[in-house]
Amino acid sequence: MLGLALKMLFGDTAKYLMLVAGLFVATFLMAQQTAVFCGLMLWTTSTLKNVPAPIWVVESKVAQINETNPMRDTDVALVRSVDSVAWAMPIFAGIQRVRMPDGSFKVINLIGVDATSLAGAPPKLIAGNIDDLRLPNTVIIDDLAIERLSKNPKDKKAGIKVGDSFEINDIEARVVGIAKAMRSFTGGPYIWTTYERALQYSPPSRKMLSAVIAAPKPGVSREKAIEEIERVTGLKAYSNGEFTFNGEVGKHEFNTSTIWWYVKNTGIPISFGITVIVGLLTGIAIASQTFYSFVLENMKHLGALKAMGASNLTLCSMLILQSFTVGLIGFGIGLFATAGFARGALANQQPPFFMTWHVPVVVFIVITGICSFAALLGIWRVSRYEPAMVFRG
Amino acid sequence: MAVATPKPAVIVRGIVKSFGDGDSKLTVLKGIDLQAADGEIMMLVGPSGCGKTTLISIIAGTMNADKGDVEVFGEHLLKLKKSAITRFRAQNIGFIFQSFNLIPTLNCAENVSVPLLIQGVSARKAEQKGREMLERVGLGDKWRNRPNQLSGGQQQRVAIARALVHEPRLIICDEPTAALDAKNGAMIMELFHDVARKPGRAVIIVTHDNRIYKYADQIAQMEDGKIIEVHRVENGVPDLDIH
Repeated sequence: MLGLALKMLFGDTAKYLMLVAGLFVATFLMAQQTAVFCGLMLWTTSTLKNVPAPIWVVESKVAQINETNPMRDTDVALVRSVDSVAWAMPIFAGIQRVRMPDGSFKVINLIGVDATSLAGAPPKLIAGNIDDLRLPNTVIIDDLAIERLSKNPKDKKAGIKVGDSFEINDIEARVVGIAKAMRSFTGGPYIWTTYERALQYSPPSRKMLSAVIAAPKPGVSREKAIEEIERVTGLKAYSNGEFTFNGEVGKHEFNTSTIWWYVKNTGIPISFGITVIVGLLTGIAIASQTFYSFVLENMKHLGALKAMGASNLTLCSMLILQSFTVGLIGFGIGLFATAGFARGALANQQPPFFMTWHVPVVVFIVITGICSFAALLGIWRVSRYEPAMVFRG
Repeated sequence: MAVATPKPAVIVRGIVKSFGDGDSKLTVLKGIDLQAADGEIMMLVGPSGCGKTTLISIIAGTMNADKGDVEVFGEHLLKLKKSAITRFRAQNIGFIFQSFNLIPTLNCAENVSVPLLIQGVSARKAEQKGREMLERVGLGDKWRNRPNQLSGGQQQRVAIARALVHEPRLIICDEPTAALDAKNGAMIMELFHDVARKPGRAVIIVTHDNRIYKYADQIAQMEDGKIIEVHRVENGVPDLDIH
């Protein structure tokens, strides 16, 4: 009888395609939008990924990496004085503008790192030499800058390369390396230089230090070092690890704190949430209504089967199979389309895209819920149908 | 030489059935007594609304009665649980409907195989038997066709094949010729008479079509929820004015 159910389903091509299309759209919207949202949230933490350090120390009121308050230069020494800290280095992080040879300006994320240790310099270069950053007026750019700072962004061969120069605040900046880096939330490329030179590139102000990066001594846990830094310095110390839902751990995790800040203080989650809900409602509306109408159209035949001795259990199994078959096919196509979108997004590095295994699992559960609801509507109708009705046309 | 009396296959005793409550209560069957004999075709005739469809629904076990008893080949249907009645229907009753009720997305062989699938027979075996049964009703070459590729007469032949494929002991037909023209109606009844009527099986047909009365062994005439007369056709086709 289950084979019969599938033949009945596939035989009604219009309804079958409609059901699959509805569930495909629902899957695609929910998975793709959630992954773009996650990718966008990940971009908000790009400075933490591009300036690798186990501990970030910032001014006591700072909740997210893109909005640091200036600190005193002496805070570096203060952090260094903490027993459990192995090393601590200054970081400048700020948005500046680059003047291009044609006179136009481009926004960049300027990072200043300690010239001696180069702690916070990009971990992966695709061209150039990291030590050349110690030469006068030198910078390292990220791969996005090749496109963004080129004279003709559409011509990849005309992109900026090692040896080329531009100006930041009327001071020459010569490219000595190109790094692989995560894109920033603001869209500007990352440019690394030494801390002192970063201060020259930036308009002066009384306090210029953005953060102190540090590492715990060997044998000291990151949590203990963070607790001690906060206690001794009165500054805020964060771990630079991975996003976590763990509330207590999350409070001292800079990625988590940054992402939550954006979730709570911007309309981004609402905007994406609405699209995800639209996907969900589209799935529910199309799948439930189409499946219910499919059941109604087949009621005469289902009634005949019931009269001929098919039990309610058999008919319910048929409906569940039909519903979950279109669900699986729609989910599969939707996920395949999402993978296609991801391939394009990752190749072009935009739009942002980040999908953990949780996304398809949750979407699958939601699609299963939609299919169950659609099947229940049909089951409710079929179980109320008296087999004697079949004699009444 | 004495003629053997056919033994009863279906015995209906004192069936009463009402619909609705209070002032709107309508008694459709008012104490029906009836016997359909083994190996014979019985036709239920009568004007619209006289209770024919309700009566075959109760005999087929698809509807409960308020009072009375229905015995089909020794099984008292009204005393069985709902699940047991469903099983009984699957094993012992074949149905032919006025509008054929063939599933449009299945081919003829698959449609015919449905009663066997309900019994749990494997799809391959059921379809094989379905094709054999289509041969018997003269549609062996049409087994791949879908119902909408067949004429009305051919569709009813497929429905007959479906009603017979699982060798049921009772066949219930609801206006089997109503959707057919005279020629096709006669052809269907000839076929039906040949393949369905046999010892160990009873056939009950509800009909308005007086052209097919001659194929019956007995005709039970109903009016206003009662059987008013039962005619034996061997004594000649009665001239019934049922309208």
